[in-house]
Amino acid sequence: MLGNTMLLALRAIRRNVLRSVLTILGIVIGVAAVIIMVTVGGGATVQVQQQIASMGSNLLMVSPGKRLGPGQSSGNIPFKQADAEAIAREISSVAAVAPVSSTSINAIFGNQNWSTQVTGSDNQYFRVTNRSIRSGRQFTDSELRSGAAVCIIGETVRKKLFGGQDSVGEKIRLQKLSCEIIGLLEGKGQSTMGMDQDDIVVLPLSAYHRRIAGNQDVALIQVSVQKGASTDKALQDIERLMRERRHLTPSDDNNFHVMDLKEIANMLTGTTQMLTALLSAVAAVSLLVGGIGIMNIMLVSVTERTREIGIRLAIGALEREVLMQFLVEAVALSSLGGLIGIVLALITSVWLTGLLGVPFVFNAGIVILAFLFSAAVGVIFGYFPAMKAAGLDPIEALRHE
Amino acid sequence: MTQPLIVTRDLAKEYRMESYTVAALRGVSLEIGSGEFVAVMGPSGSGKSTCLNILGCLDTPTSGSYIFKGLEVGKLTRRQRALLRRHYLGFVFQGFNLLNRTTALENVELPLIYRRTAASERHMRTRRALEMVGLKGWESHTPGELSGGQQQRVAIARAIVSDPAVLFADEPTGNLDRARGHEIMELLTVLNRDQGITIVMVTHEHNIAAFAKRTVHFLDGLVESDTQNGGAI
Repeated sequence: MLGNTMLLALRAIRRNVLRSVLTILGIVIGVAAVIIMVTVGGGATVQVQQQIASMGSNLLMVSPGKRLGPGQSSGNIPFKQADAEAIAREISSVAAVAPVSSTSINAIFGNQNWSTQVTGSDNQYFRVTNRSIRSGRQFTDSELRSGAAVCIIGETVRKKLFGGQDSVGEKIRLQKLSCEIIGLLEGKGQSTMGMDQDDIVVLPLSAYHRRIAGNQDVALIQVSVQKGASTDKALQDIERLMRERRHLTPSDDNNFHVMDLKEIANMLTGTTQMLTALLSAVAAVSLLVGGIGIMNIMLVSVTERTREIGIRLAIGALEREVLMQFLVEAVALSSLGGLIGIVLALITSVWLTGLLGVPFVFNAGIVILAFLFSAAVGVIFGYFPAMKAAGLDPIEALRHE
Repeated sequence: MTQPLIVTRDLAKEYRMESYTVAALRGVSLEIGSGEFVAVMGPSGSGKSTCLNILGCLDTPTSGSYIFKGLEVGKLTRRQRALLRRHYLGFVFQGFNLLNRTTALENVELPLIYRRTAASERHMRTRRALEMVGLKGWESHTPGELSGGQQQRVAIARAIVSDPAVLFADEPTGNLDRARGHEIMELLTVLNRDQGITIVMVTHEHNIAAFAKRTVHFLDGLVESDTQNGGAI
């Protein structure tokens, strides 16, 4: 029975290829949109997680002010290098502590100049941020103590200022400071926030303070916790220590903020996932519109094919068989639309994730769901036209022009 | 003597309009036996098409009885009448009524698909039916690629492919020129004579009706005359 109905339905679809293609276009686009949104969104979430993992999952950021974010340091008491030293000294679960201050400056070499992030810190900075030196060397202790005019640069800065040339040993100018390049950092790519992590020049903190900033402030202390130690415990210890050092009474709120990187990770993945869900919902609406498109065409088709239905009824088709034929036609069309949509979505997703630099994550769940939904659209929106077709009076239908 | 294939008693059909009622048939009693070739004639509105629709189990009478193969058709459900048409009846229409953009082969095998005949037998019978109407070699042509006469031959092949007990033809030559019409009538005559297919045909042309063995004249919803032709050409 089903075999025969399939035969009749497929023949009917084949008879009008163009109309069939136009009918399923809505479903194709709807299914493709949903899958692309979910796939690219999923890829972005995975990318955020990967980047955070690459920064080190046991990273704490201690910053003045209540919360890390834009305008963080305005009106707040900044840290000093001694604060970072205190954390390293007093808290046992800490693996490395890096005091960090940075600002944006034009770096100049020859006739090239490039606006970059100039950061003052020490060798701990490379440990905390999971970075290694590709060529050259780290700072020496005496360079760090005396604030020597030496720097380690990131790949982007090298490329912009030196092109294909080797840069170690050359001197670049930062404001009035002429600074010898002693090392080149291994490339790291974009950060979670979309910033280029290779667009950086690192100076000894004392050199930064004296020659660039003109003060002794430390904007941020980055702390990495020992493997296996509790970051929560370390976070509490640092808070207690900093409250003590900043002479806060028990009734005072913290005038600094210790942030666990996991917090940022959760926030960012949360945001990405919400955006994905939102975009997918919009895409799902287009799937619904596609379904209405199928119903529309099927209804027109019933009117247009009234005579055909009359012929079928006259030669002995049962109501149920006509109903099934139209229903199977609708479901076959919408499922085909779903399949084409899936293929289209996967191709587009691979292309789009490549373009956006996010990993392609195949989500079998959404593919199956989209296919089942497209088939369901066929059943739901095909039923009414099919009922209409099956209920026709054969004599009236045969007389229809 | 066994009961004839078709027996009607006082068949009446009324169409209710909003403010009045039209009596299309006003008591028709007919008997048609197996193997007959009957032409139904009469002016427009005489009820001949209404009668054919009822005999073809497409419609039900308002009153009176119609017994086909011993079954009281008026008491059957829509589904049962559909099954009756599927297994015992074939139809040929004035406008051919083929599925467009569908090959002759697929048009002809349609009744067998609804009968759920196995594919191999279906193909064999379809080809044989097309050969019988003289369309061997035209199987893969669609109606748009066939002449009117050829289209009507496809329609006849479709009607006879399932070996029906009765073939109903409603003005089968109405859309054809005289020569083509005569070819179709010769085909029907051969089918009646050699295959023993019972044919009931509505026409308003005397020279077409002359092919039949028996002519029934309708006038104002009643049978006016019922004569044997003494054989066709």
